[in-house]
Amino acid sequence: MTETIVELRDLRREFVVRRPAPQLGSVRRLPLAGRLRRTRTVVAAVDGLSFDLAEGAAVGYIGANGAGKSTTIKMLTGILVPTAGTVRTCGLDPVRRRRELARQIGVVFGQRSQLWWDLPLAESFRALAAIHRLPDATWPARRDELADRLDLGGFLATPVRQLSLGQRIRGEIAAALLHAPRLLILDEPTIGLDVLSKERLRVFLSEQRALHGTTLLLTTHDMDDVQRLTDRILVVDHGRLVYDGTLPELAGRVGAERVMVVDLVEPVPSLGPIHGTRSVAVESDGLRHRLAFTPERTTAGAILEAVGRRGQVRDLAIEEPDVEDVVRRLYLAQSPRVSGDPAAPPRPPLPA
Amino acid sequence: MRLFATLVVLGFRRWSTYRLATAAGAFTNTVFGLIKASITVGAIGAAGGELAGYDALTGATYAWLVQALVAPVNVFNWAELALRVRDGDIAIDLARPMDPQFAYLAGFLGRAIHQFIPRGAPPLLAGALVTGLALPSTPLPYLLGVVSIVLAIAVSFSVWWLVNLAAFWLIELRGVLTLNVVAMGILSGLVIPVHWFPDRLATVAALTPYPSMLQAPVDVVMARAEGTAALGVLAVQAAWLAGVLLLGRLVFARGARKLVVQGG
Ligand SMILES: Nc1ncnc2c1ncn2[C@@H]1O[C@H](COP(=O)(O)OP(=O)(O)O)[C@@H](O)[C@H]1O
Ligand SMILES: [Mg+2]
Repeated sequence: MTETIVELRDLRREFVVRRPAPQLGSVRRLPLAGRLRRTRTVVAAVDGLSFDLAEGAAVGYIGANGAGKSTTIKMLTGILVPTAGTVRTCGLDPVRRRRELARQIGVVFGQRSQLWWDLPLAESFRALAAIHRLPDATWPARRDELADRLDLGGFLATPVRQLSLGQRIRGEIAAALLHAPRLLILDEPTIGLDVLSKERLRVFLSEQRALHGTTLLLTTHDMDDVQRLTDRILVVDHGRLVYDGTLPELAGRVGAERVMVVDLVEPVPSLGPIHGTRSVAVESDGLRHRLAFTPERTTAGAILEAVGRRGQVRDLAIEEPDVEDVVRRLYLAQSPRVSGDPAAPPRPPLPA
Repeated sequence: MRLFATLVVLGFRRWSTYRLATAAGAFTNTVFGLIKASITVGAIGAAGGELAGYDALTGATYAWLVQALVAPVNVFNWAELALRVRDGDIAIDLARPMDPQFAYLAGFLGRAIHQFIPRGAPPLLAGALVTGLALPSTPLPYLLGVVSIVLAIAVSFSVWWLVNLAAFWLIELRGVLTLNVVAMGILSGLVIPVHWFPDRLATVAALTPYPSMLQAPVDVVMARAEGTAALGVLAVQAAWLAGVLLLGRLVFARGARKLVVQGG
């Protein structure tokens, strides 16, 4: 039996947003009128979320910008007080037992730093070891392991403010893992990283999970992250859970297609049918072709071979469906009438 | 205890990276010390050579000691917490298994320790050369003085902490921070000794923690308050520290509950 490490029941968080009322025609506003006419609206950033995470799971938490992901994470960690509903993390009420909980979880907020800005990176680890009361006999070994696997050795002595983004994020992740937390929460850790840094991070995270069985909750905009690192996906939209399942199921439902972009040496107006693909666009008079495919039905290699028989390939790229795209299509698939697209075929209700 | 010590050391190290700022600050403290010492001596002269127990030499010494303590006690500015509340980085502090007030106090002390010699020695040196210093010749005032200075720094922190907490409720903080600097400047004994205050103002000062930040440690170091009187001064400082720290904890807990960290 696996234990539940995160438990949300009807979780809700509202924010009061004050904004100036829309201006009327050409009526000039007095300086004070702006203040008086401000309207007060309540937005529900998280609107009745319920789900459980099992210990040891790797879960991708995805959704468009403003869907409520970070707000959920802040409530999970006890930084934000829920408006209604309950949340338990590691069996604790996060707000009331925030400090106790902090010993068991590691968090990286992609846009914030938990490192000591004006000091060498190594000093941050020393501080965190003290903060987490890690025994002097063990934590240096853990730091060395993390430094080795994340390749931090070259800049442990460098002040954090001088690190590149990729270096800093690796430092942040090491900082979140120094105390070997049960649950690792990463809120958009790969934002702004180059391909190589992302890849290095993915390898590292998979390895750590295999080694320590750490539960992972990952928020990202990168479908590759989701595919490589997680075995379950939660999709949130406007603060509500709209999908809970695996990536292949999601791909099946919304047709999460990849697009292969091939550039040819000589123009070919039409490539003709290629098994498992659909021509999305032909550009530059047949020099560039865009072929949509789902990885379940064919492989990039097979497509390339088929294209190669029709013309010489100069260059190619594969575009991943991005999260926004998946969420949009999920939404279309779920409620064709709301979307205003009568052509969309009705779909069975989602398991969420 | 290990955590506190580590954070003190980090606070120290953070400041040791800003050498130029420290040198410039020491120069400013010394120049102002010169101005204040001459004004103080002038005032005492005008009053007939003695004013509320200060003669020319002890008056000048008072001015120089205050100048030496201005930086470690951090009279003029501390907005670290307010800035973190405003930009949401306070979330990082809250996601750690530590008491934020305790952690920031450690950092504040580390900073003070760093500033103690480089910002404190130049004004005292200048004082010794220009006017001479009237300092006690027995060790006890210095020992009690160290305790009093540490308490003064901690009281200053506790007040700044409380003032910074306004950031939970207000967006524009400059007014509140400035008000604190002004109150501290007048009531702590920064400009003239609290002992020179007219009765009303002296009463007001006594009802605030501000005299505990400069007047108190200087009285103890100069042995103006000796023996039990010195212990009484330390007790008043400790009481203010405990009270204001406690109030700061309560207000922080309030603020944290209504905190809405925006963004990731
Ligand atoms: N402190 C806040 N005050 C007002 N609105 C907020 C605040 N924090 C978040 N929101 C709003 O709540 C919604 C969800 O935000 P967030 O959880 O940050 O989204 P995500 O992380 O999925 O991009 C957004 O519409 C955002 O504007
Ligand atoms: Mg976010």
